[in-house]
Parts: sequence; structure tokens; C-alpha cells
Amino acid sequence: MSGFASRHPAWTLVLVVLCAVLLWMIFAVWPPELEQAIGRKRVFLSALLNGITLGSLYFLVASGFTLIFGLMRNVNLAHGSLYLLGGYVGYGFASLSGYWFLGVLAAFVIVALLGIVLQVVVFRWMEGQELRQTLVTIGISIVLADLMLWAFGGDFYQIETPSWLAGPVQLPFVLAMRSNGEAVMLQYPLVRLGIFVAAVVIGVLMWLALNKTRLGMQIRAGVDDRDMLSATGVRVQTVFVAVFAFGAGLAGLAGVVGGTFQSLQPGEDIKILLASLVVVIVGGMGSIPGAAIGALIVGLAEQFGSVYMPTYAVVLTFVIMVAVLAIRPQGLARGR
Amino acid sequence: MAVVESNSAATSAFPRDGNGFGWLQAIHPAGWALIVFLLFLPAFGSNFVLVQIFGWSFILGMIALSLMFLAGYGGMVSLVQMTVAGCAGYMVAILGDSAITQISLKWPWWAAVPIAVLIATIFGTVSGALSVRTEGIYTIMITLAIASAFYYFTLQNYTIFNGFSGFNGISPPHFLGVDWRDPTAFYYLSLFSAALSFVVVLYVSRSPFGLALQGTRDNARRMAALGFNVTAHRIAAYCFASVIAAFAGVLLVWYQGQISPGTAGVGPVVDILVIAVVGGLSRPIGPFVGALVYVLLRTFSIDALQAVGLDGKRFQLVIGLGFLIVLLFSPDGLIGIWQRIRPRLLGPRNAEGGTP
Repeated sequence: MSGFASRHPAWTLVLVVLCAVLLWMIFAVWPPELEQAIGRKRVFLSALLNGITLGSLYFLVASGFTLIFGLMRNVNLAHGSLYLLGGYVGYGFASLSGYWFLGVLAAFVIVALLGIVLQVVVFRWMEGQELRQTLVTIGISIVLADLMLWAFGGDFYQIETPSWLAGPVQLPFVLAMRSNGEAVMLQYPLVRLGIFVAAVVIGVLMWLALNKTRLGMQIRAGVDDRDMLSATGVRVQTVFVAVFAFGAGLAGLAGVVGGTFQSLQPGEDIKILLASLVVVIVGGMGSIPGAAIGALIVGLAEQFGSVYMPTYAVVLTFVIMVAVLAIRPQGLARGR
Repeated sequence: MAVVESNSAATSAFPRDGNGFGWLQAIHPAGWALIVFLLFLPAFGSNFVLVQIFGWSFILGMIALSLMFLAGYGGMVSLVQMTVAGCAGYMVAILGDSAITQISLKWPWWAAVPIAVLIATIFGTVSGALSVRTEGIYTIMITLAIASAFYYFTLQNYTIFNGFSGFNGISPPHFLGVDWRDPTAFYYLSLFSAALSFVVVLYVSRSPFGLALQGTRDNARRMAALGFNVTAHRIAAYCFASVIAAFAGVLLVWYQGQISPGTAGVGPVVDILVIAVVGGLSRPIGPFVGALVYVLLRTFSIDALQAVGLDGKRFQLVIGLGFLIVLLFSPDGLIGIWQRIRPRLLGPRNAEGGTP
């Protein structure tokens, strides 16, 4: 980071000023002129927090997507379907057993198993044929979407929030001062904060696994040069299966998370797939930190867009993607 | 729709042998049979067959043809072609006449259609320019993202695109003394457009530009080293393909009489890819074969599914499974299957063309 500061002093200054303004906007009580100009502080803070939590969900989905692409060059366009499938599986297990965590676990395991089957039965057949693999994932997503529509219908399902995560919580952000000097604090759903924490924990664990373990080392080596990795005697196929299972399982897990604080319905798979695509295009393919940055940007853009310019919310996300493609086609977090 | 390339690519469809009609001899007898069949179809086909089967197949085939041109000759699988068609359709509805009188500008067709095609072509070219900044497989992701963004934008925007309900009450114009709403007239219009785009694609694929484009597909670095501007060729290919898709979009909106976000939603976008891949990405005839198969399936699968005791709504499942089977067993699509079984059935000399 220090290198960045010395190389781009002007940009660093801009960034520091922006951060300071943002912090002030979060913690200070807004003067009436500002509230008149851009609306109430409650709206702004909710959009900010909603954007961050939505970004957490996108991170969970997109990190699996980006890992699979980075290692296997397989653009898994069935990723959204795996998300939706995980959500339905989690809904089934959670509502039958009454334990939310059982739903999460079941979704992860079952979708990961499906991922293993896909990798072993389908993708190993067409090793190295990127386009054919991608087309096959499109076919799989069509089939899965219709099977799920068949099984679950067009209704929307919501997974019940576990009791210890239900309800709002008070956050230390002052919204306004009452006339008697008492501060009005922001109330925020605890479950969304839980999702944020979970995404951070999973992200850190993934970073540790990638950087500190033997398998992680092999995966990173495979991302850089797959042929050389297999030449050194590593069983690449095993690594592939592990990564595909983990990435798919993560999508399934995210499905339960998304089904808890949003809802599950046909069409959600495409929405999530689109979000993952934009996240990895913005962040850079194959990079976990890139997925984190991209997910945060896309989540924030979506929420702020839907609050401050409702009819053009999608366009904002899209403009960000276009700008990144125009300036840094390889994504924000990718070198080269 | 003629099958002019039963031999290898070495023999040009348009040999420049002086008399100017040499290309007629290049058309295979089966191609002539197909041309005669299609020209005289209105004499015995019902209006349903003319418009709902063949008219729709020609339109979808044209959109898939623009994808085939990019994918087969340029190596760029673009999912944005249906969106380009949808964009042209929307522009016809917005600039021309529709039932949504507070938005439509009521321009005459001869002004609305060229401007619509122009806008859609610009849209397609800019999308292409964005996606060629990255290599290979990224194209499919970026174009899918652009296509979905267009879908959600038309869904959310009410001032220009009239949101969820879109536009209805759009009808083909009345010109040259012909009412193009008439099934036979519309059939000939779509047949002529499809045949024209087919011939133009074939011609461009053999032109210096088309050959250079195929060179960039096979080895972009070598072409760049030879002095070709690879990026410019690719963007030009997008521009050319967008023109075809845009004209098909105009026909599509005339055929359907309405347009809404679902017309260019993610489902139809993927369907175009399915049509092109199932038909075969290696030859311009492939997309039309795929489109005919798709339309036949779409039209008759409900009855067929109910006949075997399944819900007629499982149509997508049939399409998806069929797509997977073709992909797993014949990467060249139905054209590829035909080319493999043809020598065994008929011998290479008197083989019939790849008629649908």
C-alpha cells in the first residue's frame, strides 16, 4: 500500500479525502442542508449497510465462481442454478428439522456432491475445451431451472431466520438528535449483520486455505500454470474435483443465506448469475480479493442505485462494468 | 438457403469466371430443390405453416446466423445478438406506430426502420467493442452481462421502454401496394430477408475481410504480426452481424405484433445460442436448420409431451436435454451429424445437401 501512496500521491489524497467524507457521513449528525439535498441519513445508512450485506452474499457466490474459472478455465454458467438448488435444499432441510444450520450444511454437502458428479461425469470428458464446457453449463442450467420449476413451482419461498439471529439490533450510528438531547440510533436487522460476519469469516478462511495449506498452494499454482503443475506430479484431477466441489458447495450455501434474507423463486438463479458475472468482471477473474472488491462495489451500486435513481439502478451497475472493461479489462484486482 | 458448399471451402461459391452466372452452377441440385420448394410453399402450405413455422424459423435463423457468423468465423460466441434484435424491435415500436401512443413517435416505416437498424447496429458494435477488449471465453460472460443488463433496463424503465408491459399493436407496414400483414406476403418477406442474409454471410465469409477474420480466429497473434488489425476486424464483424440481427429484430417485432422485456430476456438470448449450436456453428445453413428444429419442437412439443403423459410445460426440459445431447455427442451440431452419416448413406458423390 505504501508503494501505491508514493507512486500516486494525487490519487492517494483523493482516496483519503473520500474516506474522511464517508466516515463523517456515517458518524456525524447531518446538518439540515445536507438532509434537504440528498435525503434522510437513515436512508443513506440503510443503503450503505444493505449494499455491504448484499455484497457479502455476492461474494459468497462469486468466490466459488471465480475459483472454478481461475483453475479450470470453466465458466460455470450453471452457478446461479446451483445457488437456487442450494436454497431449495436448505429450505427443505431447515423447515423439516427446524435447525437452520442443518439446512446450510445439507445445502453445502448436496450441492458440492452435485458439483463432484458434474466435474467427474461431464467436464472431465471435455478437458481443455473451454467453449464446449461453457455451453454444457448453459444446457445444465436450462435443465436444472426447469426441473426446479417442476418440483417447487413458481411460488417464492423464504427460509425462516433462526431465532437467535431474528429481530433488529441497535447500531452505534447516530441518526439524529431529539430536542431533549437524546440520540436516535439506527436499528438494523441482526441477520444481515450475521451474513456480513459469515462472509468475512469464510473469506478469511478461504484466504488462509489458499495461502497456508498444501492444497491451496497447488490451487494457486494451477491457476498460474496448470500444465506445469501436473508435470510436477500433482494429481490435477483431484485438485479440480476438490475445487469444483467447494465452489459449488459455496454456491449452495449462499443459496440458503440468500433464501434467508431475500427469497427463493424461479429467475433468482439468473439474477445471481448476472451478479456473479459482473462481480468477477469488475474484480478480475480467478482472484478471491477481486471477488471481494467486486462484490462490495456491485452490492453498493445496486443498493444506492435503487435508492437514489430507481429507474436506472441496473444501468449504474452496468456503467461500472463498462468503465472497468474500458480502463482495466483484466479487472481491478488482477495484475498483468 | 441454398446448399452451395457441398465440396470443400477451396472451391468458392462465387468463382469469378467472367460470365457472371457461374455461381448459379455452384448450387447443388438439392439446393435448387429447396429453393423451388420454398418459393412455391404458399401454393399448398396453410397460413399457419407459412408464418408460424417458416416465417418464425427464418427470423430466428437470421438472428442465430449473426451469432454463427461471429462464432464460426470470428471465434467470438456473442450472446448479445438477440438483444440487438430486441433493441431494433424496440426502436421500431418507439419510432414507429404502436398502441402505446404516448411514447411512440409515429414515424413512417421508411424512416423508423433504417434508424432502428442503425441504433441497434451501433448498440451491437459498441457491445462488441467492449467484449473484444478481453480474450476468448470472457466474450460469452461480458455479452451475457450486457444482454441481461438490457433486459433489466427495459424492465425498469417506463419513460422510454414502457417497462414490464412493453409495446403492442405494432403491425407490418403497407408499401409497394402490398399489405405485409398478409401471411403469404410476410412469408415472402421473411424468406427473402433470410435468403439475402444467408447469401451475404456466405459472400463475406469468402471475401478478404472474411478470410482475415477466420485468420484472427485461428491465430490472432500471427495475424497481428502479418499486419492485420485484429481488434478492428473483430469489431467490424460485430458491426456486420449486428446489421443482420437488427433486420431480423424488425421482422420479429412485425411478426409478433408486440415487444416486451421478455422478448430479449435471458431465456430467448440463450435460445438463440441453443439454435445456433444445435444447428451447427460451422456453416451458415446450420442456424436455419437449428431454428426450424427449435420452432417445430416449440410448436408441437406440448402435444408430444402430453401424449407421453408429461406436462406440456416441460418444453424447456426437452430443449435443454436436446441441447446437452447434441453438445456431448456432436460438437458440430446437426450439420455435423449429417456430414458424418452422409457418406455412409449415399456415398460422397450423389449426396444430398443439408436440407432441413
